[in-house]
Amino acid sequence: MPATIEEDKPQIDIDRSVGDFRYDVDYTYDAGVGLNEKTIDYICDVKKDPEWIRAFRKDGYRKFLEKPMPTHWATKDLDNIVFENIRYYLSQGTQPSRTWEDVPEEMKQTFERLGIPEQERKYLAGVEAQFDSEAAYSNIKAAVGEQGVIFVGSTEGLHNHPEIFKKWFGKVIPSSDNKFSALNSAVFSGGSFIYVPPGVKVKHPLQAYFRINAQNFGQFERTLIIADEGSEVMYMEGCTAPKFETSTLHSAVVELVALKGAKIQYVTVQNWSSNVFNLVTKRGLAHEDAEIKWIDCNIGSRLTMKYPGVIMKGRGARGEVISIALANDGQHQDTGAKMIHAADDTTSNVVSKSISIGSGVATYRGLVDIPPHRKGCKNNTECDALLINSHSRTDTYPAIVARGNSNACQHEASVSKVNTEQIFYMQQRGLTEGQAMSLAVNGFVNDLVREFPMEYSVELKRLIDLEMEGSVG
Amino acid sequence: MSLSIQNLTANIGDQQILKGVNLEVPAGEVHAIMGKNGSGKSTLAKIMAGHPDYEVTGGDVLMDGVSLFEMAEPDERARAGLFLAFQYPMEIPGVTIANFLRAAVQARLPEGEELEATDYYAELYKKMDALKIPRTFTSRSVNEGFSGGEKKRCEILQMSMLEPKYAVLDETDSGLDIDALKIVSEGVNALRSPGRGFLVITHYQRLLDYIVPDKVHVMVDGRIVMSGDKDLALELEAKGYDWVTEPALA
Repeated sequence: MPATIEEDKPQIDIDRSVGDFRYDVDYTYDAGVGLNEKTIDYICDVKKDPEWIRAFRKDGYRKFLEKPMPTHWATKDLDNIVFENIRYYLSQGTQPSRTWEDVPEEMKQTFERLGIPEQERKYLAGVEAQFDSEAAYSNIKAAVGEQGVIFVGSTEGLHNHPEIFKKWFGKVIPSSDNKFSALNSAVFSGGSFIYVPPGVKVKHPLQAYFRINAQNFGQFERTLIIADEGSEVMYMEGCTAPKFETSTLHSAVVELVALKGAKIQYVTVQNWSSNVFNLVTKRGLAHEDAEIKWIDCNIGSRLTMKYPGVIMKGRGARGEVISIALANDGQHQDTGAKMIHAADDTTSNVVSKSISIGSGVATYRGLVDIPPHRKGCKNNTECDALLINSHSRTDTYPAIVARGNSNACQHEASVSKVNTEQIFYMQQRGLTEGQAMSLAVNGFVNDLVREFPMEYSVELKRLIDLEMEGSVG
Repeated sequence: MSLSIQNLTANIGDQQILKGVNLEVPAGEVHAIMGKNGSGKSTLAKIMAGHPDYEVTGGDVLMDGVSLFEMAEPDERARAGLFLAFQYPMEIPGVTIANFLRAAVQARLPEGEELEATDYYAELYKKMDALKIPRTFTSRSVNEGFSGGEKKRCEILQMSMLEPKYAVLDETDSGLDIDALKIVSEGVNALRSPGRGFLVITHYQRLLDYIVPDKVHVMVDGRIVMSGDKDLALELEAKGYDWVTEPALA
């Protein structure tokens, strides 16, 4: 009997077609292709924006035109975005013309494996433009409403709560911050507006999942969360299911304001299809003794650029970024954190873990700024990268600008590889190569996954399994 | 029923390591392979388990009549009933022993069948108690920061959970003090059964005081050059390996 051991072991087969499905959808109302002043007027008219928003959008549009692409420091791939080919506004409530039968079999199986309820699958597959989650959403709304919490869409927020909305909107992230925050300012729609009154501690996490499903928007989301003095709130955005995408550019802006002694946790789990540019600006303003924590997981997309930040404006404020990025074949995850210590005795913590698979590139880009006259500021930064096979790349740019003698910064970085001996060991125990890889990756991010709310951490593990196993079924 | 190694030859790169190994371990027996460093003992273990660095150039290994080499992936061989206790067990950061073993046990169940968590833990704790492993062990990452003795006990725990048909123990005694050696040996002895075969690879006779073999084989330069009963190990210990390599002069 011929006895041979195959020398060429196949690479882990990663099937990016999971999540990369799209088909033509008829939208009855849209702003057409491309962007100009007329597009913005159209959006304002359809959304019945007040005049100050119209002015805000037009100002954003001008800044968008003025600002250069940030290709001087980021990837040249940005030059491949063709702004004239993008639809900037699609009316909500329109019905795509596809049926469940048209949804690819692999996708149905993916839903099955992720354990997504029947109703939600149809929405995620783009079969139903509106997912009937109003009931769940109303329950949350009713529960928090009793405490005086406002939890509505950004449009409703600016219409019905202008006194709070106007005070903070665009204040944490000015339109001129970067080209994409300017673009978002010009064409934003969707996103959440949350206000938590003083001293109110919201017990249950507020989930955008329900609300956004009800509205079917997400391309240029604009979210504003204000936690008044001594209040606490956790907000969760996104879901782990691969989401049907018609648009290739996603550019959200998220602003958080934590007033004295308030706490905000913002949790994101995103799994974009691999044609998407995901260019997001997220920043929080932490007043005295306030705490802002970003918990962020980025999977998929062609290019993600996202550096959640905290400006610690008041004495004793704390900022934290916990992030996981997974860059699969052909993807670039350019993520990081910005910590601005603008007051004494402020503390920040950044823990970032990235996984690069195949030709995937993961970049950590950090900024920690502690001016020389500050006292008692502390920062801890940890970046760990895991490489899976030799094509993978990881870069770390931890810019730590700490001056003065009474501040402390600590930075640790590591790069590790899943090696063949580890895989062999796990395979010898009966796990397939894919299972072994996925176990190793889950192990790598395990301590961070625990930071996610329970239901997300379970989904996250399943999602990593799917990414690692590649094919479904 | 046996693990039957038939005229096995293998290379790493251009270098021939195994030069025709013949050996049969019937189910229910314990066989020991002794030999100097570099004689090919550990290579034999890795090749049977399917390590990707080696190329099998000839011969076969039959496990209860089925060729191991018909199963290309190491995990297929493992699920078919072959277990290798590693000389240097690998660390898997962030993966707890409980989760690792659970995945391994789950991998042996038929498609669609889900391992019952309570049953699994009951079984795991029973086997840990038998090996005098404290319960806190389950939440530690696999082999990470383990002492030599802990690593080897962890290997035996895995073997006892996975209940293989044939187990190959590669230098399980290395790095063990006498107390750990006794515990590990008791663990192995408790797993001896009429349906299970063991191939114990060791450098020293000491281990064989505790795990008493049915047969002892001596490996020199990629071949089994001498076989005998357990007394052969004692004779080797007394006379040294040179006695085997130059049998004509003895």
